[in-house]
Amino acid sequence: MKSKGARLILQPAPLLRSGLTTPAAMRDVVYALVPLVIGASWWFGLSALLVLLAATAGAVITEWIFSLGAARGQSLQDLSATLTGMLLGLTLPPGLPLWMAFVGGAASIGLGKLIWGGLGQNPFNPALVGRAFLLGAFPTAMTTWQAPSGPAGFLGIIPSNLALPLQQPTVDALSSATPLGLMKFQNQETPLPDLMLGHTAGCLGETSGLLILLGGVYLALRRSIDWRITVAVLFSASVFSGLLHLFDADNPQPIVALFSGGLLFGAIFMATDPVTSPVTPRGAWIFGIGIGVLAILIRTFGGYPEGIMYAILLMNATTPLIERVTQPRPFGRGRPTL
Amino acid sequence: MSRDGQNRRAYQELVKGLWRENPVFVQVLGMCPMLAVSNSAINALTMGLATFTVLLSSSLMVSSLRNLIPRQVRISCYIIVIATFVTVIDFVLLALVPDVHKELGAFIPLIVANCMILGRQEAFAAKHPVGLAAADAAGMGGGFALALFGLGGFREVLGSGSLFGVSLFGAHFEPWVIMLLPPGGFISLGLLLLVLNWVRSRRTQRSEDLVTAQGNPSR
Repeated sequence: MKSKGARLILQPAPLLRSGLTTPAAMRDVVYALVPLVIGASWWFGLSALLVLLAATAGAVITEWIFSLGAARGQSLQDLSATLTGMLLGLTLPPGLPLWMAFVGGAASIGLGKLIWGGLGQNPFNPALVGRAFLLGAFPTAMTTWQAPSGPAGFLGIIPSNLALPLQQPTVDALSSATPLGLMKFQNQETPLPDLMLGHTAGCLGETSGLLILLGGVYLALRRSIDWRITVAVLFSASVFSGLLHLFDADNPQPIVALFSGGLLFGAIFMATDPVTSPVTPRGAWIFGIGIGVLAILIRTFGGYPEGIMYAILLMNATTPLIERVTQPRPFGRGRPTL
Repeated sequence: MSRDGQNRRAYQELVKGLWRENPVFVQVLGMCPMLAVSNSAINALTMGLATFTVLLSSSLMVSSLRNLIPRQVRISCYIIVIATFVTVIDFVLLALVPDVHKELGAFIPLIVANCMILGRQEAFAAKHPVGLAAADAAGMGGGFALALFGLGGFREVLGSGSLFGVSLFGAHFEPWVIMLLPPGGFISLGLLLLVLNWVRSRRTQRSEDLVTAQGNPSR
């Protein structure tokens, strides 16, 4: 029998390893997105898969091209580009021409991540940078929505998906309005069960509240996301929209406000991006509250029906400041100066 | 200095503004017109030529007056010289291309405030003879005009699908609206700077490698 000799380990810290690597963290989020992808293809058919694929291809190909000459080597295997592409794809309308989705994926990775120095260096959420770029570049296509076809139209492709590169979709698609658009421009409410199950027009991943919550609970249990941020966004958004509803009954009830538009998706998948959100617990609360209030502010008083994207991007910009203010104070020292 | 040496010096002053010390890409001067009027190739080209003309004439004037201008009030004197030529250019453009003049709007009078122009007077024209000052101004003005034209062309191709108003991609082109808006100006300028800095750093790297290789023949 061999006795296990004591081993003297002579190496610098860290000696304890948790096994959490970048690809593992990314994979967790991808798993949480799977129900959403299935839900999106259920409601929007093959179009949903094509748009998702195009956005992911744009992100992955851009990452691949830019890491060809990079000193740190190929960075595709950390899965972050795939995840960014998927997140972007889930925030796009189902009828978006595929070449635009591809451009969006490339802009996400190129403008959102790589020019800042790659993973971990970017101040803004890359997927949302790509979406903001698309909304600025192609405002019409990005705000043309399709009513969900349901399983009957699974094999059908929305004709505007297939527009040639750099060309407009030539066929006029039957368009529909999102719950938020209906509320803002026609003062018409969507019933809550539809919002829960996803039987509404909207971006691919944002329509079904239940599926998003499912992914969110999984991520929170796996501790892949900071639950404080999500809770803070949802809490502040419901309080603020509740106040507005009391003040003027034309504004939606808090529960409708939470489940319509991209608020839930943004609160769970976008705002919690560990790179662009504060690491301190108090900072996470401030960050989340800021997003919730800004999103409802833009929805109610701004020109756009939905404001979660700009709310998150704006709060991303304040992350370094929040982190500096909420740094734990070393015992016996004064407050850090700004 | 021999005649030949003088010519070579003038040539160097001319070329440096085009690439090595390009006012836009290296000194990052004159950003205001660069971002504001580069939304179409024709606007950018007109603005570039106007700035070129003002810079060249002002440099000639300041350089020839350099021994008469009192040191204490030199900046005001430069500004008066520049403003004079800007006024001339303003009227010339109004007479020749009224449409473009209208689109450029306040940015033509604002050439007076272009720091690149004042900078060349202070840094170069006031200290050098007329010939060299002209070469320097032509190089810097040319570099500025080229950069502005490049940016304007890029933004027009993506933003309107055309170049000088000639459609490139057919009638169904989907315009990238963001490229005509201010964010597009910042994004394109940033990308252009990125590419040029990359080219520049590769060149430097290559020449350093060459020096190392020559220094160590054993390698």
